[in-house]
Amino acid sequence: MATLASRGATASHDGDAGRTLNLTLQVWRQKNATSAGKMVTYEAKGISVDMSFLEMLDVVNERLIARGEEPIAFDHDCREGICGMCGMMINGIAHGPERATTACELYMRHFRDGETITIEPWRAKAFPVIKDLVVDRGAFDRIIQAGGYITAPTGGARDANAILVPKADADAAFDYAACISCGACVAMCPNASAMLFTAAKVAHLGHLPQGQPERDDRVLRMVEQMDVEGFGACTNIGECAAVCPKEIPMDVISYMNRDLLRATRRKDREAKTSNE
Amino acid sequence: MAATVALYRTSIGKKTVMAVTGIILYLFMILHIYGNLKVFEGREKFNAYSDYLRTVGNPIFFRTELLWTIRVVLLVSVILHIVAAVQLTQRSVASRPVRYVNKKETDATFASRTMRWGGLVIFFFIIYHILDLTLGTAHSGTYQQGDVYGNVVSGFSHWYVTAFYLLAMLALGFHLYHGVWSMFQTLGINRRKYNRFFRGLALVSAVLIGGGGCVVPLAILTGIVS
Repeated sequence: MATLASRGATASHDGDAGRTLNLTLQVWRQKNATSAGKMVTYEAKGISVDMSFLEMLDVVNERLIARGEEPIAFDHDCREGICGMCGMMINGIAHGPERATTACELYMRHFRDGETITIEPWRAKAFPVIKDLVVDRGAFDRIIQAGGYITAPTGGARDANAILVPKADADAAFDYAACISCGACVAMCPNASAMLFTAAKVAHLGHLPQGQPERDDRVLRMVEQMDVEGFGACTNIGECAAVCPKEIPMDVISYMNRDLLRATRRKDREAKTSNE
Repeated sequence: MAATVALYRTSIGKKTVMAVTGIILYLFMILHIYGNLKVFEGREKFNAYSDYLRTVGNPIFFRTELLWTIRVVLLVSVILHIVAAVQLTQRSVASRPVRYVNKKETDATFASRTMRWGGLVIFFFIIYHILDLTLGTAHSGTYQQGDVYGNVVSGFSHWYVTAFYLLAMLALGFHLYHGVWSMFQTLGINRRKYNRFFRGLALVSAVLIGGGGCVVPLAILTGIVS
């Protein structure tokens, strides 16, 4: 316990331990999916710099509950940056000001005493607000269902190394598989486009031998579903990669475009041959 | 063919149309700016060059045949580029019905943010440019068919004509700085190891084409060409 408690203090600046902040929060409050929401101001006093952003919200919520008010609803689960549940616009940036950081791993030491912090839910037609900061990211699930998987017979575990994967491909696939589907890319994109997410999934399976048999259908279906969900059109601005907590790079978008164009050419060639 | 038609219905398919037409217009601009610089060779050579553009391809093509073929290709490219841009913009606007109260930008550049506005400036510029120096109907000064050198000099002796051209070239430079890189990204040609090269190519293209377009108006403004 002693080591856990000192972790935050070690990582913070010298003399930071025990320092507290008095903050003003402007939070989007919305009762349910159909009601109109608004920004509500809260005072958050005595916030330890060693708290995570979500712990700060926990403290604010405890005080709200004690006052008999409705706590601020927000999504969270693992609180160690790997589940993709948390996510909110903090001061106008998805997951807040730190790069490669989820909201749960963002520490309050990155904020100034007396600062006003705005907190808003992800904004996209495809991500409707359910309550306060909670949005429905089912659109991402439906993109995955459209083809972001491999069809494989289940049964006994296969022998390791039965399918050889070159090291470079395994590394690349792993980099893209790091996507936690948090939705920050969509939230930050000026076009509310889901290209980085969809491309990461396409590139992940596209780098592996298991992903090859369904590669063409996968990209065609996932892109189609992405459009059906009402996401915007990519203009290659790069805000997505800038806020991605897993640092998925912009070049996956080029990779997906390449896959889509290749799949289109192959489909047309197949149709031509089957007609002959 | 069915798959290609289906491709156009997707957002990425429309982006592909923008990238391919973008490449056509980009290649044209390189030739156009290079040709413009012949104004420094003097009236006779510049007018001869402009007349050559009408006979180029002879005898396979008769007079102005190839010129008109290129004009049609360019016109179709511009129309497709704009139609796709409008459709994609509508999609993007509709994709975020509720705006953020506080929204910042991190990696967006001035160029990437202003693609649509820059495109609009370039659109109006193209119309004016054709009326000004191709048809002569909106020409400031005396327009004489065939004396391209004289028309250029008389047009750019008006400060407001020069100012609008410089503004349009600035918009074009920014449009190319994002667009040239973006088209390789859209066509799936860009890769991590080539990224710096395409960014560099975009910067060089923006400076040479946007800057190159400013050279002739500035040369007339400063009296180097008269």
